[in-house]
Amino acid sequence: MFAAEEAVANPWIYDNVWLIPALPAASFVLILFFGKRLPYKGAEIGITALLAAFGLALIATFTWIGDIQGLEESEGEEHALVTDGGTQTVVLTAEAGEEHGPARGAPVVNEVEWFGIGTGANQVTLGSDGVEAVDGAEGEEAAEPSSGFNISIGTLVDGQSVMLLFVVTFISLLVHVYSTDYVNGDRRYTHYFAFLSLFTASMLFMVLASSTLQMIVGWELVGVCSFVLIGHWWEEKPNSDAALKAFLTNRVGDVGLLIGVTILYFAAGRSFSFVTINEMAVSGEISQNTLTIAAVCLMAAVMSKSGQFILHTWLPDAMAGPTPVSALIHAATMVVAGVYMIGRLYPVFYEGFSIAGSSINLMAFIGGLTTVGGGALAFVQRDIKKVLAYSTVSQLGYMVMALGVGAYTAGLFHLFTHAFFKACLFLGAGSVSHACHHSFDMKADMGGLRKYMPKTFWTFVIGSAALAGIPPLAGFWSKDEILVGTGAFPGTGGNGTYTIPLIFGLITAAMTAAYMTRTIYLTFFGEYRGHGHPHESGPRITTPLIILAFMAVVVGFLNMPSGFVDFLRLPSGWAHLFEDWVEPAGIASFVGVENGFTHAKPSLLLAILATGLAVGAGVVVWRYYERLYAKDPKATDYVDGPVANNELVAAGHRVLVEKYYLDHLYTDVIAGGIKGPVARAANWFNQNVLDGVVHAAARSSVGLGRFVYRFVDQGLVDGTVNASGRTASESGQFLRRVQTGQVREYATLMFGAAAVLAAVFIFAF
Amino acid sequence: MFLNQFLFLAAALFCIGIYGVLARRNGVLVLMSIELILNSVNINLVAFGAFHGHIGGQVFALFVIAVAAAEVGVGLAIVLLIYRNRRSIDVAEANLLKG
Repeated sequence: MFAAEEAVANPWIYDNVWLIPALPAASFVLILFFGKRLPYKGAEIGITALLAAFGLALIATFTWIGDIQGLEESEGEEHALVTDGGTQTVVLTAEAGEEHGPARGAPVVNEVEWFGIGTGANQVTLGSDGVEAVDGAEGEEAAEPSSGFNISIGTLVDGQSVMLLFVVTFISLLVHVYSTDYVNGDRRYTHYFAFLSLFTASMLFMVLASSTLQMIVGWELVGVCSFVLIGHWWEEKPNSDAALKAFLTNRVGDVGLLIGVTILYFAAGRSFSFVTINEMAVSGEISQNTLTIAAVCLMAAVMSKSGQFILHTWLPDAMAGPTPVSALIHAATMVVAGVYMIGRLYPVFYEGFSIAGSSINLMAFIGGLTTVGGGALAFVQRDIKKVLAYSTVSQLGYMVMALGVGAYTAGLFHLFTHAFFKACLFLGAGSVSHACHHSFDMKADMGGLRKYMPKTFWTFVIGSAALAGIPPLAGFWSKDEILVGTGAFPGTGGNGTYTIPLIFGLITAAMTAAYMTRTIYLTFFGEYRGHGHPHESGPRITTPLIILAFMAVVVGFLNMPSGFVDFLRLPSGWAHLFEDWVEPAGIASFVGVENGFTHAKPSLLLAILATGLAVGAGVVVWRYYERLYAKDPKATDYVDGPVANNELVAAGHRVLVEKYYLDHLYTDVIAGGIKGPVARAANWFNQNVLDGVVHAAARSSVGLGRFVYRFVDQGLVDGTVNASGRTASESGQFLRRVQTGQVREYATLMFGAAAVLAAVFIFAF
Repeated sequence: MFLNQFLFLAAALFCIGIYGVLARRNGVLVLMSIELILNSVNINLVAFGAFHGHIGGQVFALFVIAVAAAEVGVGLAIVLLIYRNRRSIDVAEANLLKG
């Protein structure tokens, strides 16, 4: 609708990309109002809206890819030249006034004033040389923002947002379809679909945000929706507790987010715009110290939203929600929001943490810690969804670590691939639980399901293999790229030499394979240990699984290293496609170092090492469980395992079962420690100050009331009323004697009065 | 001289009428006394009309006769109804409006 007059310059979809979040948002409203009266209880509205949004996202994706490819063809082979290409295009537009459009590959921003004086389309196009090319008509408006309050709302289209548009709409569409079967018959079925739509809309709104303020709005909306959906079955106390925990833990990080955004707002000369903030961070107009403080504050937000240590504790508890919601939260919305924000404000983090040329920083360290810590916790879970939850924590740690070591593309690529196989795994877990009478306990109620539900089994295995990084599935490519990106392995190069993150990454590669093998063995192999007869799920559940498994196989090929492409004698254009599409085009201006990101050189040795570790760990675990179940096929607790025999292992096991005692730390030590004194102080204040005031007020009003009652009410008001009553009654008593009822007496009075009157007339006049 | 006689006659009739209204208890007699009062007034009207040579006196007298006829109609109806209800036409007994 807005910016229609600039439609000549941009493809239609860039100017109307706001439709993508608007569709699910409209669907939310429609479902709430009309959902219950429709034949499919509102699900059809949600699916239609998502289908349309997905279609638009596809158009956006292909338009974007087309732009990038066109640019490459016209300008050369490597994206290092994209910078020059972009600059030339802008110059051309400025000189000749040709309808050539803005620099392709640069972020396209469409904004309207949110509040402020006057409205109107205001299109700012960032040339890749970092200079804002403002379209003529808005010249004076562009000069205005420094004068004060001029908050804009708009969309920002670039590789990163287009990529997430695709992922979010795709996963959400499949989750919608899956849910029609999974939550079928639920008492709040319509309500569920309404919030599924709103959840998607919020995430899409956040993805398209053009300013930090807008991002906060989306960020909080996502938080609220996750709260509602995690607590979908709130009748049971643990579920509503989990929802509250998710919400409150996120509040902790939100404090950091608010502070960080405020710092950036003032540091960037009163601007919320991503483009402005990033530019100023790159050009050094914001001092290094300010950036560091802002980045640390924003990091707190990332820790809470994206489940990083030590604020990850809400994430496994969030499994209380319906399984499709878990899939949506863990794959496409909510938890990737933090990672997305790092990518969006990458220059701030890049400069703030001095990522280039370093060997460790806060972000890389937290990511590394999370990836190992989360992975270790996955070993002791009996609940299949909790295994996947901790696996998500671990993989999010991977992404944050990748961004922390400067491997921007690798981090976002892992986000991309992870979305598909993690959604596949979660939906698979839901399918399994559907078959096993809604139990998630792998040890007590599963086992041997391979024979009963082959489709779920195979998709789950593919998803797990992708997650574990087995070549050539998706996870292998993204994980390998992250490991290479640390730059610590000999001969890879990179932005620094991050040895510790590399070690963390390799440990996690082994651990991931190990706990996924354990999960698959406990769920699908051995003998069935539950009740009744498990059965394969219906087509509305298995079809999304198959689609996601297919994606988990193929998406990795989007970002193959050049060496591999050459080795297979494929066209050279097939190499690192994702990198070309997603990585910001004006790379030098985006990151600020002259040569942009340093892309590490892939190492065959490292790939073999990581794969070997993963396969080795998987085989060891497989043998362990095979031996265990050979003794007792129905075993649910292992009496003679290492936990029972070795004290050191038992202690470690206990620490893991207790989740590093973090929940105890939060609820007992921190919350308890603060709660007691605060409660006592509040009680004292209540008793002495508040109650004192209340009592004094009460006592004085009682006194006043007594006085008013005695003198005003009883004396004055009642006296007047009684007196008038008495007067009327007494005069009535007197006058009633006149009324005898005798007509003749009335006549006498009348004639007497007439005689008197006559006498008066005669004698007085 | 000419007028005085009529005025005296009328005054006498009027006084008889007043007496009848105030003293008699029979409802019919009360009505008849009222007729006397009205007719005394008629005499006055006709007398003054003749005295002044003005036709208005006679016209008013005719009106009064007409009104008197109507009044007697209503009055007798009331008396009849009182009789039906109480088997008596004593006006002293009809004192339901006593305060």
